[in-house]
Amino acid sequence: MASWTWFHRLGSPKWFYEKTSRWLPWLALVTAAIMVVGTVWGLAYAPADAKQGNSYRIIFIHVPSAFLALVCYYLMAIAGAVSLIWKMKLSDMAVKSCAPIGASLTFIALVTGAIWGKPTWGTWWVWDARTTSMLVLFFLYLGVIALQDAFESRENANRACSILALVGTVNIPIIYKSVDWWNTLHQGATIKFTEAPSMPPEMWQPLFLMIIGFYCFFALVFIMAMRSEILQREKGTRWVELIVKHRLNKLTNHDD
Amino acid sequence: MKPARRQRLFLVLFIVVGSSVTVGLVLFALSENINLFYTPTKIVAGEAPVGKQIRGGGIVVPGSVIRAPDSLKVTFDVTDSASQFTMVYTGILPDLFAEGEGVVATGRLDKAGVFYATEVLAKHDENYSPPEVVDAIKQATEAKQAL
Repeated sequence: MASWTWFHRLGSPKWFYEKTSRWLPWLALVTAAIMVVGTVWGLAYAPADAKQGNSYRIIFIHVPSAFLALVCYYLMAIAGAVSLIWKMKLSDMAVKSCAPIGASLTFIALVTGAIWGKPTWGTWWVWDARTTSMLVLFFLYLGVIALQDAFESRENANRACSILALVGTVNIPIIYKSVDWWNTLHQGATIKFTEAPSMPPEMWQPLFLMIIGFYCFFALVFIMAMRSEILQREKGTRWVELIVKHRLNKLTNHDD
Repeated sequence: MKPARRQRLFLVLFIVVGSSVTVGLVLFALSENINLFYTPTKIVAGEAPVGKQIRGGGIVVPGSVIRAPDSLKVTFDVTDSASQFTMVYTGILPDLFAEGEGVVATGRLDKAGVFYATEVLAKHDENYSPPEVVDAIKQATEAKQAL
């Protein structure tokens, strides 16, 4: 059987912290650029919709945040599985870091959906399969956040969160396919993996850009959350002490 | 892979597959109740309860919308291209309500199969297009009809 050492090196908090130190500024720059271009393109230059007018432009926020909320959940569940099987420190931190980000993205998707729903459907909220399963996703994220602090021992908290994350994965295909499996008020998917989008290029091009921008934004926020989690959990180690000392030196020199 | 890890891998697979099957069976059993509204086919076939508060939905039949001259009362037919029924509603319709567009309404069915709505929501479809394109298509079809 192949050697698993590379996999374990990948799970080293120190390795992760040092690597991402170099990536972070570039990632922040790329994220800001894509988000600014995507937002201005979507809100100012994309044409209005024939039926909805300008109110449809909320999709440039709604769709990417809902999409990334699902992606984030899969990442959290995969990290949970790795944490259960290999007991890797970094994967525990990933589960913990994903939950608040995913909850925020789901919340944004729910709120923007409600704001769009009022002028379009005529109601803020309806209990159809899509909106309800999305609300369940929000509660799953909140559950993971709550479980993190519900245990005395870190190990029990990690295990409980990982199991909840894994059980919740069943909800993701339900959210995605809900509009096809049942009749709902929410419309079917405009952008599908199998067919051409049912909107003109001048609309889906900025939408795709915003989805890429949200991907970058998610990566950025996730890495930052991971780094602060690493520093907190590894605070007793030599390498973290060195980093803190180095930072403090910089600060005091600056003050002189 | 060490035996202990392999065992935990199977545990993880068991959790994912087990919970998926459980939830899948529950949803399958509840599938009729998860539907937000009754389709015209179901209503015409008598599968929807009479006199109880339900939701009905479909596409507004073009040319079927009749507005009362002295009140907010609106009558229109709703179809799923197989069957159709009549809806009666008194009140303000959503902006996106239009002939040939989808609606989902809350209300009660009477014995004659007429649906008395207390709330009408517009169901938007997944298609988006700029107004110029829609106008161009409309003009093209009108030109074709004129020929």
